[in-house]
Amino acid sequence: MFGYYFQLGMRSLRRNPVLTGLMVIAIGFGVAASMITYSVFRVVSANPIPHKSSQLFTALIDNRGPQYNEKGEPPEALTYTDANALIRAHKAPRQTLFYQVALAVLPEGERSLPTKAIGYATNADFFGMFDVPFQYGTPWPAQMDERRAAVVVLSHELNQQLFGGANSVGRDIDLSGHTYRIVGVTGHWDPKPRYFDLFDGSAFDDPPQIYIPFNRADDLKIDTAGRNNCGGAPNTGVGSGREGWLHGECSWIPVWVQLDTPAQVAAYRSFLEGYAADLQRAGRFSWAPNVRLRNVTNWLSFEDVVPPESRIALIVALGFFVICLVNTIGLLLAKFMRRSAEIGVRRALGAPRREIYSQFLIEAGTVGAAGGVLGLLLTAVGVGGVGLLFAPDIARLAQVDLSLMLLTLLLAILATVVAALYPTWRAAKVQPAWQLKSN
Amino acid sequence: MQIGPILVALRRHKAGTTLIALQIALTLAIVCNALFIIQQRLVRVDRPSGVQETNLFVIQNDWPQKLSPQDADARMRADLQALRGLSSVQDASSSNSFPLRGSGWDNFVRMTPEQVKMTTDTAIFFSDEHTLATLGTRLIAGRNFRSEEVGSQGGTDPMHARQIIVSKGLAQLLFPHDSALGKTVYVSGDNAPSTIIGVTDTLQAHMTGLWAQAYAYNALLVPARLTGDSTFYLVRARPGQLADAMRQAKAALYAQTRMRMIPPHDGVMTFAQVRERAYDADYGMAILMGIICAVLLVITAAGIVGLTSFWVGQRRRQIGVRRALGARQRDILGYFLTENLLITLGGVLLGIVLALSMNLWLVLRLGVQPLSLTYLAAGVVLLLLLGQGAVLAPAMKASRVPPVEATRSV
Repeated sequence: MFGYYFQLGMRSLRRNPVLTGLMVIAIGFGVAASMITYSVFRVVSANPIPHKSSQLFTALIDNRGPQYNEKGEPPEALTYTDANALIRAHKAPRQTLFYQVALAVLPEGERSLPTKAIGYATNADFFGMFDVPFQYGTPWPAQMDERRAAVVVLSHELNQQLFGGANSVGRDIDLSGHTYRIVGVTGHWDPKPRYFDLFDGSAFDDPPQIYIPFNRADDLKIDTAGRNNCGGAPNTGVGSGREGWLHGECSWIPVWVQLDTPAQVAAYRSFLEGYAADLQRAGRFSWAPNVRLRNVTNWLSFEDVVPPESRIALIVALGFFVICLVNTIGLLLAKFMRRSAEIGVRRALGAPRREIYSQFLIEAGTVGAAGGVLGLLLTAVGVGGVGLLFAPDIARLAQVDLSLMLLTLLLAILATVVAALYPTWRAAKVQPAWQLKSN
Repeated sequence: MQIGPILVALRRHKAGTTLIALQIALTLAIVCNALFIIQQRLVRVDRPSGVQETNLFVIQNDWPQKLSPQDADARMRADLQALRGLSSVQDASSSNSFPLRGSGWDNFVRMTPEQVKMTTDTAIFFSDEHTLATLGTRLIAGRNFRSEEVGSQGGTDPMHARQIIVSKGLAQLLFPHDSALGKTVYVSGDNAPSTIIGVTDTLQAHMTGLWAQAYAYNALLVPARLTGDSTFYLVRARPGQLADAMRQAKAALYAQTRMRMIPPHDGVMTFAQVRERAYDADYGMAILMGIICAVLLVITAAGIVGLTSFWVGQRRRQIGVRRALGARQRDILGYFLTENLLITLGGVLLGIVLALSMNLWLVLRLGVQPLSLTYLAAGVVLLLLLGQGAVLAPAMKASRVPPVEATRSV
C-alpha cells in the first residue's frame, strides 16, 4: 500500500499547486534556516576531543586574591613561576605548558621575504596529550626539553608551503634568526574550538604552524605573541624588563594535565591546594588556596566559547521553523478537510481508520520530502553565503556534509508528519454517512 | 457589524482559529525581537570612532628577528621618517593598536594609589606627537605631546606614563563635574601618578566586544613608542591619494629593510576595512534577522490566505443564504475582515507575552538589551495590517459569492 499511497500523495500535490507550493516553501525555508545556523552551531559547540575530554584538565591558581580576582575566579592562565613549578613537580602522568609564539621563517633564497609562522612554545607531552597526529617523524622526546634543544615540529600546512610536502625531518630551518632541527611534521590538525588555548582567544583561529620547546624559547627570550594578563593590581611587575615581567604576577601560560582516574584527579587537586598553601605560608599569597582543576567540557562551558550570535541565530531560526510548522498544520488541515467527501467514500467502502491515517501521513511525508529537497538546496546556497552572516573565522566552520544533508531531509519529513498528525486525526474522524448523504 | 455571530462561527472552527492565532503570536514574538536586535546592532555599527576614517590606513609590521629596544626604536623612527617623506602621505605615526582593532592593551584607571577597585578600564594607545594629526582627532583641551616628550618602552615593561592625553569619554567618566586637564590619575604599572595634559574629542577604544560596551569611548594616549616584536603604522594619505599612498608606503618600508614581515592579506588595511572587520558579526546578525523577518511575514500572510480561502470555500452556501436574505457584498467583506481582526487580536495578545518572555530570556542569557516597547507596538500594528491585508483577497472572493448559491447543495 505504501507505493500506492505515495502515488496518491504525489497526485494530490499536483491537485492544489498553490496550497502545496506554500507548504513546501514554508518547510523548505524553515528547515534551511535551522540547518544553516545549526551547521555553524554544531562546530562552535562541539566537543573537540570527546574520548579524552574528561581526562584533560587545566590547572588554575589564584595569584590575585579576593580583592583583585574576577568574581572569585583565578586568572585563566598561570604565571611563569607557577607554570614552571607545576611542570617541575611532575605530579600528573602527563603535563604540558605553552604560550603562543610568532616566528619569522627565513626561506633559503636570499631574495625571498621572511614570513610569519604562529605556533606554540611547549613541551614533549603536548603532542600525546592533545592527540596531535604525525605525518613524518615524531614529537621531540622529553630529554630534549631537559637539554633545551633547538628542535621544531612543523604543521602539515607549513611543511607543504616550505618543502612542497616532502619529508623534511632531519633538515634545518631558520626561525627568527636561529637554527632549529626539524624532528616531526604533524598531520592536518585543527581541533575546533581550540579548547586548550581559550586563554588567547584562539578558539576559532587558523591552525598552529610550528611547535618549539618551551625551554628553548625561554633561553632565546621569545616574547609571547598571545595574551598577557597582568590583572588590576598595581605593582604586578618586579622591576622592569623581561626578568621583572617573568617573575611578576602576569598570567600568560596555560598549563594542562592528563589525569586518568578519579583518584589521580583528587590527588592532583590536593597537590594544587598544597602548592597554593605553601605560597601562602611563604607570604606570596595573603589568602587561602583558591585553585581550579577544570576538564575540557567544564572549561569550554566556563569560558562560554559559543559566540552569542551563533546561539541567537539558532534560537531564532528554530522559532522560525516552528512557525512554518504551525503554518503547515493549518494548510494541511484545509487540504485534508476539502477531501471529506473522498474520505467518506473510502470509509463507506470499508476502509478502516488506520488506512486513512497511513494514506494521509504518507501524503504529508511526501510534502515534507519535497520541502526537504528545497531546504537542502537553500541550505547549500545559505552555507555558501554564510560569510555574510557570521565573522569570517566562524563562517568558514559551516560545511554541508552527508550527515547534515540527511539530517535536513529527515527533519523536514519527520516534522511534517508530526505536523500532519492533527489534520489526519480530523480526517479519520469524518463520518462516512454524513458525507455520502449530502452528495 | 455584529461580533456575536462571528464568535459563534469561530467556535465551530476552533482548530483553524487557534492555528492562525498561534502563528500570529509566534511571528510577533520573533519579529519584534529580531527587529530590535537589528536596530541594536545598527546603532553599534553606526557609532562614530572619532577618527577621520577616509584616507587613513594601517600597516602591520613584524620584525623577523629579536631586536634590542634601542634598535627597534631606531628602526621605527626611520620607518616613520620614510613614510612621512612620501609625496602621497600627509602624516604617519606608530602605535600598538588603534580604534576598532578588537584586541590591544587595556589598563585599569584609579583615582588614588590606594584605591583597590578600578574606576574604569581604558584602551592604551602608545603614541607620538603625530598620532592625533594622523587619526584626524582634535584636541578639545590642553596640548599635544611634544616630540621631546615621546620616549620608548619595551614590550614587556610595565607601562609608565607621567603625562597622558585622554579621550573626551574617559575624561567625563573620571571627572564628571570638572575639567580633567591638569588632574592626576593612576594607570601605570608602577602605580605612579599620571598627569592629564590634553583631552581629545570623541575617540573610540580598540575594544569592540559587548563586554566592553561601558568602556567603548575610553582611550588614553601614552607618549612612547612600544618596541615589541610588532607594531602598527597609522598613515594618513593626502586627499584622493589613498591607493597610491598604500602602495608607496609598503614599497618605502621594504626599501628601508627587507627584514620585516607585512602579512600578505591583511598587512595593509584601509580604515574602512578595519571598520568592516570590527563589525562583521553585527552586520551578519542584522542581515540574518532581516531575512528571517521578511520570509516569516510572507509565510504567515500566506498561511492566513490559505486557511481563509478554505473557510470561504466551506461556507459558500451560508454566504449565499446571507446574500439571499439581503446582506450586501460589503457586509460579507466586513464579516471576514472582522473575523480576521478578532483572531489577530487574540494572537497579538498571546504574542506580546511570548515576545516579552523571549526577550527576557535573551537579556538574561545572552546580554541583549530589554525590548523597547515602541518595537512591540510597531510589531502589533504590523501584524494587524498583515492579517487584514492577507484576508482581503479571500474576503473579496467571498463577497462575490452569488445569492443563487443558497439554492444549490454543496
